[in-house]
Amino acid sequence: MTSAQPRGFGRHLLAPLDWLDGGYAPRVLAAARRDDVAGIDLDNVSAGYGDRPAISGISGRFAPASLTAVIGPNGAGKSSLLKAIAGTLPLQFGSIRCAARAARDFAYMPQQAELDRTFPISVRDLIALGAWRNFGAYRRVGNDVFDRVAEAAASAGLGGYLDRPVEGLSVGEFQRALFARLLVQDAAVILLDEPFAAVDERTTEDLLRLIGRWHEEGRTIIAVLHDLDRVREFFPQALLLARSCIAWGETAVVLTADNLARARDVMQGRGDRRAAS
Amino acid sequence: MNSVYSLGGLYHLLIGPFATYGFMRTALVACFALALANGPIGTLLLLRRMSLEGDVLSHAVMPGAALGFLYAGYYSLEALSVGGLLTGALVAGSAGLIGRLQPKRKETNLAAFYLLSLASGIIIVSIRGSNVDLAHVLFGTVLAVDMRDLVFIAAVSSATLLVLAVILRPLAVESFDPAFLRSIGAGGGLFRAIFLIAVVLNLVASFQAFGTLLAIGPMLLPAAAALCWTERIWPTIALNVAIGMAADYAGLLTSYYANLPSGPAIVLAGGIIFGLSLIIGGRFRRDERRTVEEGRA
Repeated sequence: MTSAQPRGFGRHLLAPLDWLDGGYAPRVLAAARRDDVAGIDLDNVSAGYGDRPAISGISGRFAPASLTAVIGPNGAGKSSLLKAIAGTLPLQFGSIRCAARAARDFAYMPQQAELDRTFPISVRDLIALGAWRNFGAYRRVGNDVFDRVAEAAASAGLGGYLDRPVEGLSVGEFQRALFARLLVQDAAVILLDEPFAAVDERTTEDLLRLIGRWHEEGRTIIAVLHDLDRVREFFPQALLLARSCIAWGETAVVLTADNLARARDVMQGRGDRRAAS
Repeated sequence: MNSVYSLGGLYHLLIGPFATYGFMRTALVACFALALANGPIGTLLLLRRMSLEGDVLSHAVMPGAALGFLYAGYYSLEALSVGGLLTGALVAGSAGLIGRLQPKRKETNLAAFYLLSLASGIIIVSIRGSNVDLAHVLFGTVLAVDMRDLVFIAAVSSATLLVLAVILRPLAVESFDPAFLRSIGAGGGLFRAIFLIAVVLNLVASFQAFGTLLAIGPMLLPAAAALCWTERIWPTIALNVAIGMAADYAGLLTSYYANLPSGPAIVLAGGIIFGLSLIIGGRFRRDERRTVEEGRA
């Protein structure tokens, strides 16, 4: 692990500003600690805006080192669940315990549509953002960070792209860059919001390999997905959502035709009628 | 000897007005100082998709400046600036508050602020002033900038550059990927508030030169032109400053020879550069990208 201690002249000059954001030191760093922080407990969680919450009444636990796919019809609250765990969507009720988030050992990848893909930034700088804790708001980005960036870019299949502006990248290449940023973040918990939406087949396979590697390394991974075949093939755990939790557990147990039909009915407002008949 | 003669002629044409007249020099230096601060401010306004907010804030300066005018007359820099700063900050704060209460009607709320500020400002000026005063408040008087104004402008510009040098990164990253920044617990309201204050301060500093209607022009137009050419944030800011200064120079010179109002001439020069950049720069970048993609295929 690289140290979060800034070096050089700027350390003294900028020290009085550290209360702003001088980067932050991750609290725990040994590989063995991941079991302690990487679990996520949800207790009767409702979240969203207004009187119709996007998700409601969700309880359960993402075990440390688990690999879970979140699935469900459009508007089922999959992204909202991820945002609630990431702390960017306010909870209306219940609580979420995520020690990794408190320890800043936590990574969240938003949907591509939430990013400004025309922003004037190079692939190198985008990936380097993953090491924010090393430089914070205003410190110089050190060469050790750029070494890790080059390594991550190579792992994500973007070796020759570092100097390119982000604006010229295809959807797949942009997604590879976001995954490289996750590699640099090196977090115990990783949340992925629709990582394969509109991404070509080859890129999807490469990125799935990265997810497999993270899984072997004992990180907790939660991903919102649409492709059920892919979920059955790669994800041991699944969580089926339709505003509330329809089923959560082993993928084979969750992804039954009956459960999927129930999720569809709930979303179309037919849940009650079906239950009554 | 002919070439020396024509060089001398060129000197008289391009440098002469500034060498001869102190007010032209002061105006040029004031505009250059504003262009320096407008480099990062304008670029960030565009990247954060806040051009409408900027427009509203420039009008929000008006009622306060008008109250200052009512209180102390047109030539009291302090009264105009303090008044403008107060109403600017007031509108920035309440726009943020209302935006949080009603996030879906943002443009409507901003348009209402814009109109209310403009209307109340005009009424306040009209209570005591003439049409000439009104024109001064609305369009500014670059050529009337004196040494005291210049010091104020330079101080605001320097402070802006120093502060933005420290918080440029979170402000830029937030406009690129806000969810990421929030998820790592960085960025946040403090930086946004500092940025808004910097915008209002610079609008107040620009007010004397360009008036409330045009102050946002030298902030946004060079930035928009620069974004047509560059793909990195630092080159964008540097080019933004250069284009801003070029527009200042061209506008002042044109207004001198053609006897036109200076502020509008400068804004117009910026607009022409933006138009050319859109046509030439946009095409240049598209072509470049196409060759990159063809090379990859």
